[in-house]
Amino acid sequence: MKISKLFTALLLVAVLLSACKTAATEAPTTVPPTQPPAPVATDVPAPTDVPVQPVEIRFTYYADGVEADVIKPLIDKFMADNPGITVILDVVPYKTIDEQLPVQVDSGEGPDMARITNFGAYAGKLLDLRSYLADSAYYEANFPAPILSALGYGGYPDALTVTGPFVNKTLFDQAGVEIPGEGTTWEEWTALAKQVAEATGVQYAISIDRTGHRFAGPAMSMGATLINAESNFTVDTPGFRSFAEIVKGWHDNALTPQEVWLGAEPVNSCIAAFKSGQLVMCMSGSWQINGLAKDVGDAFDWVVVPNPTGAGGSTGIAGGSAVVAFAGTQHPQEVAKLIAFLIQAENYAAFSAGTSSLPAHTGVAEAGVAFNTDNPMVLAALSAYTAEVPKLTDQAVSLNVHPYAFAYYRNSANRIAQYLSGELTLDEMLVNLQQDIDNAIAEAQK
Amino acid sequence: MSIILEYLRRTKGHKRIDITDVFSYVYLALGVIVMFGPIVWLILSSFKTSGEIVKFPPRLLPYRQDTVVVEGYADPLPLYEITFEDGSVRTLAQVRRIGLESQLVDPANPGEIIKVNINQRQPVESVYFGLENYKEGIASFNFARYLWNSVLVTLVATLLTLLVNSMAAFALSKYKFRGSQAIFIIMISTLMVPLSVVLVPVFLVITNVGWNNNLLGIIIPAAATPTGVFLLRQYMLTIPDELIDAARIDGASEWRIYAQVILPLAKPAMAVLTIFSVMWRWNDFLWPLIVLSRSEYFTLQVGLASFQGELNVQWNLILAMTVLTLLPITLVFGFLQRYITTGIATTGMK
Amino acid sequence: MFVQPGIKRARNALEAALSGLYDLVISLLDLIFGTLQRLIGVRGMPYIFVLPNLLIFGIFILLPMLLNFVYAFTGGASFTPFDRPWVGTANFDRLMDCTNYLEPRTCGEDLFWRAVYNTLGYVVIQVALMVLFALVTALILNRSIKARGFFRSVFFYPVLLSPIVVALIWKWILQENGLLNGILTGLGYEKIPFLVNAQWAQFLVIMISVWAFMGFYMLILLAGLQSIPADLYEAASMDGANHWQSFSKITMPLLMPTMVVVLVLSLIRAFQVFDIVFAFTGGGPGTATLYLVQYIYNYGFSSPNKQFGLAAAASLLMGGVLVVLTVIQLVVRREEN
Repeated sequence: MKISKLFTALLLVAVLLSACKTAATEAPTTVPPTQPPAPVATDVPAPTDVPVQPVEIRFTYYADGVEADVIKPLIDKFMADNPGITVILDVVPYKTIDEQLPVQVDSGEGPDMARITNFGAYAGKLLDLRSYLADSAYYEANFPAPILSALGYGGYPDALTVTGPFVNKTLFDQAGVEIPGEGTTWEEWTALAKQVAEATGVQYAISIDRTGHRFAGPAMSMGATLINAESNFTVDTPGFRSFAEIVKGWHDNALTPQEVWLGAEPVNSCIAAFKSGQLVMCMSGSWQINGLAKDVGDAFDWVVVPNPTGAGGSTGIAGGSAVVAFAGTQHPQEVAKLIAFLIQAENYAAFSAGTSSLPAHTGVAEAGVAFNTDNPMVLAALSAYTAEVPKLTDQAVSLNVHPYAFAYYRNSANRIAQYLSGELTLDEMLVNLQQDIDNAIAEAQK
Repeated sequence: MSIILEYLRRTKGHKRIDITDVFSYVYLALGVIVMFGPIVWLILSSFKTSGEIVKFPPRLLPYRQDTVVVEGYADPLPLYEITFEDGSVRTLAQVRRIGLESQLVDPANPGEIIKVNINQRQPVESVYFGLENYKEGIASFNFARYLWNSVLVTLVATLLTLLVNSMAAFALSKYKFRGSQAIFIIMISTLMVPLSVVLVPVFLVITNVGWNNNLLGIIIPAAATPTGVFLLRQYMLTIPDELIDAARIDGASEWRIYAQVILPLAKPAMAVLTIFSVMWRWNDFLWPLIVLSRSEYFTLQVGLASFQGELNVQWNLILAMTVLTLLPITLVFGFLQRYITTGIATTGMK
Repeated sequence: MFVQPGIKRARNALEAALSGLYDLVISLLDLIFGTLQRLIGVRGMPYIFVLPNLLIFGIFILLPMLLNFVYAFTGGASFTPFDRPWVGTANFDRLMDCTNYLEPRTCGEDLFWRAVYNTLGYVVIQVALMVLFALVTALILNRSIKARGFFRSVFFYPVLLSPIVVALIWKWILQENGLLNGILTGLGYEKIPFLVNAQWAQFLVIMISVWAFMGFYMLILLAGLQSIPADLYEAASMDGANHWQSFSKITMPLLMPTMVVVLVLSLIRAFQVFDIVFAFTGGGPGTATLYLVQYIYNYGFSSPNKQFGLAAAASLLMGGVLVVLTVIQLVVRREEN
């Protein structure tokens, strides 16, 4: 009769657990233990902006590194200043932000606020902050207008990223090759990196992250007009073709770690190979700086070089994340208050400094951020990326805020990978990619 | 030696070792390496720093560079083994590195700076099982809460699964009633369709039922597994109907027949379903990800995935937390393994 | 097993207490079910027994699948079924738009057809290898081998791992800078591009899923093997049958019913291949390991391509084929009986 014992044991435990569970989950709703008793303020006339009812704000957040640890103290400070408001930070996998959040918001089950990357995905579903912020002019003046309008004035960019290549300086030194500056083409970089790899016996010369986002910068630099005046996507342009052929050449000549484009992750970065010291040049972006400093340590020197130049100039692609408020929130006043707090120069700068990210806040950027590091490589890389920001072409800026940017990013990564693996010819790849993007846009507009 | 030979001879009850015995042991030995080696590798990797994880060639054990406190320097200095041009080897502490040049001091005689090319240095390292990944992982999310949620969901859902599925299997195997065939066929057909293809309608249903951000939303829907019904029904079919008839003559109610005649006899199948249900619920990722968006309801698997950002993945933390999530399920298996063993032994009831 | 008397006594007491509790719970529930039985009679009881399962199953499994029909015949990116414009069979037309069905690149939805052919190839080879390995392991573990429980646990253990963990472990072993290539270069061999070569990737995806699930089928087969009466073998060996004869004349025929269960279960699982591969190769290199469920997932949930209609249509096509297969299998088994 052993099964009966097993069964009973489970039953017993479950009954106990569910009893505890009801107690544990229902208790906070009736008597929130973390809430300071609100009625304390009754004998003093309550300031008008302190809500009488305690308000809970749900803030869905994702982190690439230390962001959550940096924003938590800021939020704690906000809650200390505003005793009536509780902000709960839900740190979720990026997958949730990417796939689940849009559906949640669609069904009215969304949070009050979130940290997002796909600026165009919530058109019409964000809270227009301009009517809720006490100082809307400050908000509008301090953030790039294209991003604010892409967000429908429903949030602010909390960090700016820009793409650009990392180079292993130690390998260049060992090979006795000078690192070239502004104005070098991708062909020249390919040849140099190859020369350095051969001279130092390092396995790989050059690579680029697997996403259409990183790919677009070089393609545009080589003259691709990815987005036309009507802001439609056209992939079959000479510049796009040229860069695709260059990357194909890297693969055919074994210059590049093939796993980046042909391996697993949906967004694969060459940074892992670069960190191991086995790759001379890696086209990635400013968000890698912290990880590089931590994981490379003393093993070699790395530098950020200007984006290579071509017929279309020398541009990276802007990117980054934004903190947004959803129109469905029950507490627009409190949400706006939190956002007003987070965009105060002092708090915004604290976030940029703590995460070593480039500020998208003009006031903070002009004043300069005192980054929390004395690592010369990190500081040099940050200023190198900062120098890339004014070089961004109009096209590069508009890609980042394009409502269907993600349809281009993901589909192009997959289609280009098919081309690189030899499944599709260049022509077939371009036709299929165009079709994928058009289909996705057509479906979304139905 | 003779003992080993004696032992080997015993294997098949034959008098001699034949080729099949040799094959069996070679296969089993290889099997242990292939089945268990990767898990050992996972555990060893979980102690490595994020920098060491990306190193090539990878090393089996986690290492850390030795450091030494040298007079005149505030922080401990890393130790290197330096091979000089004349072939002599010395262990020195590095003060700094500038480009290709490494500046070192002798810890015993820290006055003089020795400059060498970085190709001449080799870090001095020793094996180090650091718990940093584990500490950081546990500290960076509400581990106790997620563990509690995972345990709660697994236990309650398993119990419900066993109850609900065995009742259905009992009805489908021991009664002839109108619609029983249809019910069985519909259930079996849905076995074929994985959750991943109906995520959107599933979310729609959960939302309309109002179980978003409610642990019920991951406990109840999982309770009716067609696989469980299928396994239990197939097993219960082998239980002779005479037992039921005998119990009925004794005046037992249908419920008592189910609970006190059939269930005890179906215990091997129940044990198998138990371990599967525990495993499914404990490892479940996609469903909780859909249903839960508030961190106070997260299970361990969802919490674990939050180390995956858009642009970066904190592999060292993921590895460490993965090893932690393996512990409970391994314990449950170790406990239930006894039941599964006896279950299989009694399957061919004489 | 040596258990100290104290622990043994404590365990006995605990077991007695638990079984007493079980009896109590059963008796309490019997009050309810007994009353029900008096109300509706014995013939109504099976409905009561299936009811809880049927309710949950109907709401959370069947209903979403039925809703899928609504999605399949509508378009747009909206998630609420009734906000979606009716498009008739447009989604199916898109999927079936091919000049040559055998050549995916001539199809409008080339990825769908690549996924179809990849899945078919995967299913055939994976099921064959899975059954083969499970059978060999079960046959070996069915011999009187010392430490059989240990070996059985070792082979079963990977079944307990989540698909994500399985993929993670093997990626760290097989990736270019992984353990295996480290060992190979240490021995002086060239690195092997396990994950970027289409054939290697397809093969490894199969082997890893065999690694992960084999233990389950092995247990079922082992149970089947142990139910074959030992005296049959004794009789056969007295009649002078050799190993092969007793295997082909006794073991295989008597194991057939269990084999069918294993075959069906592994076939179902093979068609549903998704999570391990998704985390292991992401469908690559190129589309070499893009399988149907991932195709559907990409269109059904991944945000940039939100084309629920297309995904639903693809899942209905897939489901339709699978249901037909199941029905054929049920009919064949009925004929056999």
